[in-house]
Amino acid sequence: MATYQYPEYPYHPPVFADGLAPTAQVVIVGGGQVGLTMALDMAQRGVASVVLDEDNTVSDGSRAICQAKRTLEIWDRMGVATPMMAKGVTWNEGHVFYRGEQLYAFNMQENPHSKFPAFINIQQYYVEQFLIEQAMQQPLIDLRWCHRVTGLETAPGGVRLTVETPDGIYTQPCDWLVAADGVRSTIRRQMGLSFSGQVFEDHFLIADIIMQREGPAIRRFYFDPPWGPEASALMHRQSDNVWRLDFQLGWNVDRDEELRDENVFARIRRMIGPDTPFELEWKSLYTFQCRSIDRYRHDRVLFIGDAAHQVSPFGARGGNGGVQDADNLGWKLALVVQGRAGQALLDSYDEERRFAAAENILNSTRATDFITPKTPVSEVYRNAVLDLARDFSFARALVNSGRLSVPAHLTESSLNGADELRGSVRPGSPVPALPLSVPGNTAASHLTDILGDGFTLLCFGPANAELRVESPLGLRLLHAGEDFHDSDGGIAAAFGVRDNAVVLVRPDQHVMACWHAPDPATVLATLSMITGDG
Amino acid sequence: MSGLKHEPGISDPDGFYQELIEAVQRLSPDDALAFSARLNLLLANHIGDRTVLREAIEAARKGLEDRK
Repeated sequence: MATYQYPEYPYHPPVFADGLAPTAQVVIVGGGQVGLTMALDMAQRGVASVVLDEDNTVSDGSRAICQAKRTLEIWDRMGVATPMMAKGVTWNEGHVFYRGEQLYAFNMQENPHSKFPAFINIQQYYVEQFLIEQAMQQPLIDLRWCHRVTGLETAPGGVRLTVETPDGIYTQPCDWLVAADGVRSTIRRQMGLSFSGQVFEDHFLIADIIMQREGPAIRRFYFDPPWGPEASALMHRQSDNVWRLDFQLGWNVDRDEELRDENVFARIRRMIGPDTPFELEWKSLYTFQCRSIDRYRHDRVLFIGDAAHQVSPFGARGGNGGVQDADNLGWKLALVVQGRAGQALLDSYDEERRFAAAENILNSTRATDFITPKTPVSEVYRNAVLDLARDFSFARALVNSGRLSVPAHLTESSLNGADELRGSVRPGSPVPALPLSVPGNTAASHLTDILGDGFTLLCFGPANAELRVESPLGLRLLHAGEDFHDSDGGIAAAFGVRDNAVVLVRPDQHVMACWHAPDPATVLATLSMITGDG
Repeated sequence: MSGLKHEPGISDPDGFYQELIEAVQRLSPDDALAFSARLNLLLANHIGDRTVLREAIEAARKGLEDRK
């Protein structure tokens, strides 16, 4: 019995006379986790979008199951974190085993007072379902199921798409195109962009099983497990009593043979033991690559998620990286579409998210090199690390079963302004979701709850009590002790506030600048980086 | 001046060398490689300084190239 019934979303035939649809401001190709996040973000900012998806349902299989804290904070801003949290399985800890013995445990939750846990595990089909349900409530989002892009023509000032439906073909012009169509991106291929990087010679088998089993939700990673021939294995709890098992098979395998039920069942039995009843819900054999396109902005076409970059699954950096792409691009594209910022702002999307993707690819490549040593000598070193890790704590730091997704700190961004406070949260960092209280507003419990979707100035100390700044971009000033109470001082400590401080926060809740006591002109000069008229 | 030491730093060089050779000389090539890997990792952690480690890796690698 499957635990999930795949919804079918309504397909509407195209109604455009002459096969030419009216020009859309923004078209998003791909209605998956990343494309839908993008559509919701734009809608929240008052910008309409058309979402074209070749299918009419959610992700086939559980796929990207680990959703990180930063992703939950982003979805929270769009009002869609609550169903994710309700359905997902919370976890903070990872345990690493070698030949049957636990080597060490690590905890991913950097601050226990954060609004969200380090991770939840939730099947991607639920994630997409909740995002779609939210998008269907949003009149600014035009969801078009079974509308498949088959052609693309770029021109100065816009893009013309050829879209195929079961009832014929039409042309969809748009001002801006967001390619969120995944690792096999049609848009990327249509534009002839090279997607290059590193291939890893290894096969992994995913088996999702339904099993009643107690115990805390922990990420369990096994190097050279005693039960079987696998080089490594991973075990993760998802919702609905579904467990993700992931087996490393090696390079020279017979794919058809490995996917035969009896062989998959035998592997599962060896891992979970002979007695626990289980059902197989989903299986998939995969190989992977780490690669990227050279630029994420090509004039009017913007690439987000797997369409732009691909990483190995160890580290949960694919889906989480893609959601952060949407978070980064949403407000910028909205300001450009609304004519409130120049197009150059979109180059900062390319700059910032290429920096983040490089970090994700680096971490993912390093983890993969550890899990799948490339040569006999690198395997000797890998095993030496694992052997030493039993007795020497230093070696545990070298064990790499995946460096799990943490938010990108865009510390090198050219949008960053002054850096006068020198706390742990600095220009380029996302604002931490730390606790606060707001007079007369019990719904606001954490810093991210009061930031909204625009630019915010957080003002601390007597020197800034009278600060008033107005910007055409819209700027909210929030004074500590008045508009919010940083009761335990955790927020001030994170920014490095001693007495007086002003923190400029971007619409994606990343810090843009930190001052002690700026005058309004200084703040406005920094904001002119956004409008491009500085 | 930090960086990789080039001048003698071991108090009893002959004794150290003897101990090292005694530890490895009867090992099979596979075991010797595993031994070297473990020793490298232990010593690297003891040194800790990334600059020194980088210079040591470079010095060891360069020596190999020079032999060719």
